[in-house]
Amino acid sequence: MRGYRYLQEVSTLSYTQERCIGCGLCVQVCPHQILTLSGKQVHIRDIDLCMECGACAHNCPTEALSVRPGVGCAVAILNGWKNRLLGTTKFGDCC
Amino acid sequence: MATVADAHDFWGTIGARIGLIRRNYRVAPGLYAIGSATPQSPVLVTANYKLSFDALRLRLGGVDAWILVVDTRGINVWCAAGKGTFSSEEVIESVQRYQLNEVVHHRELIVPQLAAPGVAAQVVKKRSGWSVLFGPIRSADIPRYLQANKTADQTMREVSFTLQERLVLIPVELFLLGKPLVLLLLGGFLLSGIGPYIFSFQAAWHSGLAFLYSTGLGIFSGAVLTPLFLPWLPFRQFWLKGILTALPVLAAASVWTSSLTGLGQIALALWAVAISSYLAMNFTGSTPFTSPSGVEKEMRLGLPVQAFTALTACTLWVARAFIF
Repeated sequence: MRGYRYLQEVSTLSYTQERCIGCGLCVQVCPHQILTLSGKQVHIRDIDLCMECGACAHNCPTEALSVRPGVGCAVAILNGWKNRLLGTTKFGDCC
Repeated sequence: MATVADAHDFWGTIGARIGLIRRNYRVAPGLYAIGSATPQSPVLVTANYKLSFDALRLRLGGVDAWILVVDTRGINVWCAAGKGTFSSEEVIESVQRYQLNEVVHHRELIVPQLAAPGVAAQVVKKRSGWSVLFGPIRSADIPRYLQANKTADQTMREVSFTLQERLVLIPVELFLLGKPLVLLLLGGFLLSGIGPYIFSFQAAWHSGLAFLYSTGLGIFSGAVLTPLFLPWLPFRQFWLKGILTALPVLAAASVWTSSLTGLGQIALALWAVAISSYLAMNFTGSTPFTSPSGVEKEMRLGLPVQAFTALTACTLWVARAFIF
């Protein structure tokens, strides 16, 4: 997606090569197409484009990819803080 | 199921876009036939939000297919996948509930790529025997995807955020302000009435209008200009973008507040900046590229700055009535 870059060095995406079987499903589902497959190895092309949606890790059959998934939404994060502060779960997501 | 929109669809779309019926614009979950669907036709899975369903069916003119609408509680594909309502379990249950194995001869589901944060292909395969193929992001690409023997090129798999895609989000950004905005303005009118005479309704009304005007400027720069000019605005952090867009608006609007004292002008300018910055930060939730880790990071800095600015604005606004 040209013209947009968000904060650098914040993504929680990580890859464990030893677990990867090279099925390539992660490469397919990434909405920013930041993963590439060469042989049986996945390469993270540009980690700062990762929005931590969780699609890759959720579809990885061997848990070679991991990420703390969530929505990059100020309201959702504010509600999360409110819940933690008050010990409730009543504040929902944003959309 | 029709692949052409009618007047009812048109007004419904307007209603959902401005947020009036956004949370209750559902389609009944189930299996729908498009064209002359046969047991060999592909099965396209989608959410039961009417705009998601319409986006799909209205692009399928000339295509024979089945649409399996799963119950995502009326939420769109991507949000529902993120929340976990568009999930592997929901897909498996829907396949069984609507007896898909008796309707089609194959065992293949085409699931939108943006449902991948909630739907795991290997889980659906293991528990139900159905294969999940992730289709393109945009429903407009589906006919091309089907023609290309269910293969998607890279452009079909990458999200975009074009001017038009940003424009359609602005009405709902504005309408969702609703209740908090009314409370904020009520507070503004109250603050505007405070003075050496304790409280004056005339002052509340007169100065309150200036306060309302400043709030409007903040909303305009934060929730309209920021989305509109998003890719061209400097700074990565949205709360800074919101401050930036407020500056030219304030410069252009200063003529209108010239009847105020210097202190009053500063107060209202700070107020507009705080509102704009907050709303710009809020827009992160409507974009397809902000990560939760990033938003949390910028909020840790942006939110205190906004709160401090707003508080300073209110203090100066009240102080202005006592200083001549």
